[in-house]
Amino acid sequence: MSGPMVSLRGVGKTFSAGGASTEALTGIDLEVQAGEFVSLLGPSGCGKSTLLRIIGDLLAPTTGTVKVNGKSPAQARNHRDYGMVFQQATLLDWRKVLGNVELPLEITEVPAAEKDRRARAMLDLVELAEFSDHYPWQLSGGMQQRVAIARALVLEPQLLLMDEPFGALDEMTRERMQMELMRIWEQTRKTVVFVTHSIPEAVFLSTRVVVMSPRPGSIAGIVEIDLPQPRQFETRELPAFFAKLVEVRETLRRVGGE
Amino acid sequence: MTVAPLPRKLTGWLPPLLVFLAVLALWEFWVKAAGIKGFLLPPPSDIVATLSDQWTVVWAAGFFTLREALGGLIGGSLLGILGAFATARWSLVREGVLPFSIAASSAPIVALAPITNQWFGITNPVSKMTVVAVMVFFPVMINLVRGLTDVDAGQLELMRSVAARDATTMLKVRLPNALPYLLSALKVAVVLSLIGAIVAEYFGGSRAALGVYISQQAGLTRMAEAWAGIVVATLMGAGLQLLIIGAERLLIPWHPSRRRN
Repeated sequence: MSGPMVSLRGVGKTFSAGGASTEALTGIDLEVQAGEFVSLLGPSGCGKSTLLRIIGDLLAPTTGTVKVNGKSPAQARNHRDYGMVFQQATLLDWRKVLGNVELPLEITEVPAAEKDRRARAMLDLVELAEFSDHYPWQLSGGMQQRVAIARALVLEPQLLLMDEPFGALDEMTRERMQMELMRIWEQTRKTVVFVTHSIPEAVFLSTRVVVMSPRPGSIAGIVEIDLPQPRQFETRELPAFFAKLVEVRETLRRVGGE
Repeated sequence: MTVAPLPRKLTGWLPPLLVFLAVLALWEFWVKAAGIKGFLLPPPSDIVATLSDQWTVVWAAGFFTLREALGGLIGGSLLGILGAFATARWSLVREGVLPFSIAASSAPIVALAPITNQWFGITNPVSKMTVVAVMVFFPVMINLVRGLTDVDAGQLELMRSVAARDATTMLKVRLPNALPYLLSALKVAVVLSLIGAIVAEYFGGSRAALGVYISQQAGLTRMAEAWAGIVVATLMGAGLQLLIIGAERLLIPWHPSRRRN
């Protein structure tokens, strides 16, 4: 693949309901290259989740063009070019952990033996192999979200779309999950587009942070995060990490986001 | 807890059983102490004696009525299920039919009994089955529609993100989601079906039917016999409920109502 994994040109989105219309996004230009980890960061109402849903073809843009893996978003979705992780784990309550990870494989009609093998490999990756026979409600919030990550990766997509996946977790679980995600990203080398409203989270995880401003949502600035890879526990203690926090925070403040 | 280590099943059953026996004892004592006449309220001991005396007659009547109730229950539920799928599938049906159904479900449908007696003949079980079918149709349909449509928005987005076809989403998300709703509707429906069949028989029916037996015995002031009929009706209702609870245990072990720590 030579072109960018995600390319957005002049993307805008206007919601209209009952005669009133709200401009959620305007003039979004962004390219995400293969292998990048890009965070969309901004206050609530800046349209970052909307933008992610446009990339995933869960919403249609009002204006502009979107290309995912060189295709239209609808084609990319139909080819299962991306896996998606939501803020809620959205596991199916009636399926055990293994069954939940197998779901995308069932939908793509993967033969039973291979289905089982691939789902178990993904559970190994997120280190939940021994919980394959548990129901989702028997797991903690962090473990549920790891199952959701395994499910998003099981079809081996090139692109991972994550919508505030750790937003509902407590701070300690959250930092552990960020380490987990970095380990998985190291291992799988997917392209990731990650929505968050946490500045340290964006800086810690990303190779680039796209800072967005609200009303209407637009890109206020892009901060390159050239911290050493792989990211480790100690990364958060580097002076360079603090410098990046400040840089992102300043960018947000300029646009009135903080 | 420091309570004596009784098996969990037993500790669960014991309190209601004790309350039940206490109520019977109080009833027995009160009827005898106050000298209440048997045609007003017979003591439980009389009812038990009559029941064992009339065992085959009352149970034969019970099974006759059970057949009517089950016939109506199955017919009405199947129609309710079909109606629910149509309603969930086509929004036009939903907008047109659902408000009507909700209104109709609060109508006293047993009141139709004299009319279905006219339609099908007073001794024809179909007249009672029809009343029962109409009674169970609405709760089954309304609950199932709710189960098919009250699906977590995130789960639907997930299915869209993996490009699942509508039929797949129906099979793998909407149907399992609706199962608890259907089963709780059926728990209501089994009770309604017995009420429907017995009350419809009060308006007249085959001499073999339990409702006819109860109303005739009561008319002759043979209250112990009438009560024996009511006991049989209660046991049948409880039996049907247990069947549904068993089905829940089997079909929805994942549901919050079935979770054990």
